[in-house]
Amino acid sequence: MKVLVPVKRVLDYNLKVKVKADQTGVDLTNLKMSMNPFCEIAVEEAIRHKEGQPNVAGSHYKAGTVTEIVAVSIGPDQAQETIRTALAMGADRGILVKVDHEVEPLAVAKILKAVVDAEQPQVVILGKQAIDDDSNQTGQMLAALLGWPQGTFASKVEFAGSKVNVTREVDGGLQTVALDLPAIITTDLRLNEPRYASLPNIMKAKKKPIDVKTPGDFGVNVAPRLKVVKVTEPPKRQGGVKVKTVQELVDKLKNEAGVL
Amino acid sequence: MALDPETRSQFLATIRRFVDERLRPLEAKVAEDDAVPDDVLAEMKALGLYGVSIPEAYGGLGLSMEEECLTAFELGRCSPAFRSAFGTNVGIGSQGLVMFGTDEQKARYLPGIASGEIVTSFALTEPEAGSDSGAVRTQAIWDGSAYVLKGGKRYITNANKAHLFTVMARTNPDVKGGGGVSAFLVPRDSKGLSIGKPEKKMGQQGAHICDVNFDDVRVGPEQRLGNEGEGFKVAMQVLDRGRLHIAAVCCGVAERLIEECVRYAGERKQFGQAIASFQMIQAQMADSRTEAYAARCMILDAAKRRDAGENVTMLASCAKLFASEMVGRVADRAVQIFGGAGYVADYGIERFYRDVRIFRIYEGTSEIQRLVIAREMMKGAQA
Ligand SMILES: Cc1cc2nc3c(=O)[nH]c(=O)nc-3n(C[C@H](O)[C@H](O)[C@H](O)COP(=O)(O)OP(=O)(O)OC[C@H]3O[C@@H](n4cnc5c(N)ncnc54)[C@H](O)[C@@H]3O)c2cc1C
Repeated sequence: MKVLVPVKRVLDYNLKVKVKADQTGVDLTNLKMSMNPFCEIAVEEAIRHKEGQPNVAGSHYKAGTVTEIVAVSIGPDQAQETIRTALAMGADRGILVKVDHEVEPLAVAKILKAVVDAEQPQVVILGKQAIDDDSNQTGQMLAALLGWPQGTFASKVEFAGSKVNVTREVDGGLQTVALDLPAIITTDLRLNEPRYASLPNIMKAKKKPIDVKTPGDFGVNVAPRLKVVKVTEPPKRQGGVKVKTVQELVDKLKNEAGVL
Repeated sequence: MALDPETRSQFLATIRRFVDERLRPLEAKVAEDDAVPDDVLAEMKALGLYGVSIPEAYGGLGLSMEEECLTAFELGRCSPAFRSAFGTNVGIGSQGLVMFGTDEQKARYLPGIASGEIVTSFALTEPEAGSDSGAVRTQAIWDGSAYVLKGGKRYITNANKAHLFTVMARTNPDVKGGGGVSAFLVPRDSKGLSIGKPEKKMGQQGAHICDVNFDDVRVGPEQRLGNEGEGFKVAMQVLDRGRLHIAAVCCGVAERLIEECVRYAGERKQFGQAIASFQMIQAQMADSRTEAYAARCMILDAAKRRDAGENVTMLASCAKLFASEMVGRVADRAVQIFGGAGYVADYGIERFYRDVRIFRIYEGTSEIQRLVIAREMMKGAQA
């Protein structure tokens, strides 16, 4: 089956963000950008269902379940680098939908719907959220637009014939849902540990094709519908206090922190 | 092949991440166990690190010298014992084959070397032939159907893991010095070849050196690398390239240590302030930074010139001399900046201090580099 994996280019997760002085957003000038970690997990998941895990006895990843992986990114020219990373990890080809400004989740979902219509994948695997805006909306909106079932916050994905069983991390435990294909899956942190793209594959990725499109090609209006009022730094951490007795600690946890 | 800028930066970022996330957390364990864990070796193979300098046609990455140095800068940012695991495949263990091998020899070995399936060693040094490497005594006498190798090599990196040795042996006992020496590709499973116990070393635990003994080891003519009498030439050209690689590793380690110093000097408080606010600490940090930068510039300049086809024998020696001495000074200052913590094992600084000491000794001591540099300078004067 064909899998579509949307990947987002975000500020590298190792870096500390700085808020712009005018509080309109985060300053990204000259900072290292990388693939959103949840998207990496999505790419890895698709690859494992393509390659299988020959070295892991009893693995639920079966080679050949997935036959083609298409990575799609919506963003500026440089988002091609993010697609290249996905290609170096093992995706087969890429699609860049070129947009030079921030795109809101609904517009992203609309573009993805159009890509799905054109590509006809059986599954779309997305990160549950991007670490830059933490919206956690795109997968769900896409499922709604397509009218497909969705398994969000996946910690295990098992294909079984015309269904896919998705184990979800929910409050209080794990819930497994069986979805009819085609379906939308969004990844949680514990689904897998993404690989390092191997150096030979980074070089080979150069030769894999990337199609470049615009939102106009799909007839999608990406004009923002939301207005950012203000972006501020998180409050500075205050120094801690030392307590003298267990009694005092319990008292503070109860009455000051309100956590007991 | 020169990588395009985008591929290059992705490539280097991947190595950096691998070093930061996978290798650095294991540094103390590798030193303690005196072994790099098998799963890490497998990951290094999967990443392609064993094949960075092997031509693409044979399954490697075929990096240019400049790219190889950029890679070594990144790999230098963790314990050098990790790099040593595949260092011989990238450098001295494979380059003789790449430069002088026949098509048949290359096709036979290079793909396995690139994937890491075949680990290689370079066996030049002997008890009586160290800096005076032309004094090789190990013999390879042609008996009408094969060369018969007899003798012993010493301090051979990765000998205990190697599947294939590049061995320098004297084919013509009547010719003293380098002219009587030829190079051979000798498989580990050859009859009569034995490996000594790993030596106990000052640093780089996890990397090993051993004796390699040849007791009438028969080697067919198809295993000779280059012509008879060309062995010394093979060794010297291999070392030319190796020296730049080692210099780049030195530079990477220095940059790592500087990073540690910056962090520690900013955090450690004495007399009510961070020690980084003391000018004597600042001066040590500034000297380290300056020297590491100078080394980086030298190495990249020499590497680019080599890629452009220039003879860089002198420049490679300059870079190896400066970078290996530089990282010694940087490590010494790091111990000083860390104070007592620099001397205590938990902080890892004293480990680096011991690890980097070898860089001034192998692939030509600092004294030998100076001899090479001066010799090359005088060639210029006579021309
Ligand atoms: C960890 C490690 C890994 C090694 N790996 C390998 C390997 O993989 N393959 C391999 O073949 N060898 C290897 N070696 C050997 C290494 O290359 C030699 O130890 C080195 O070249 C020095 O030779 P030596 O030990 O015989 O010292 P010597 O040559 O005896 O030198 C002793 C001292 O005398 C100085 N000296 C010698 N001649 C002169 C001169 N003409 N002028 C001024 N000073 C001089 C030297 O600089 C040095 O300070 C390794 C050694 C070590 C310790």
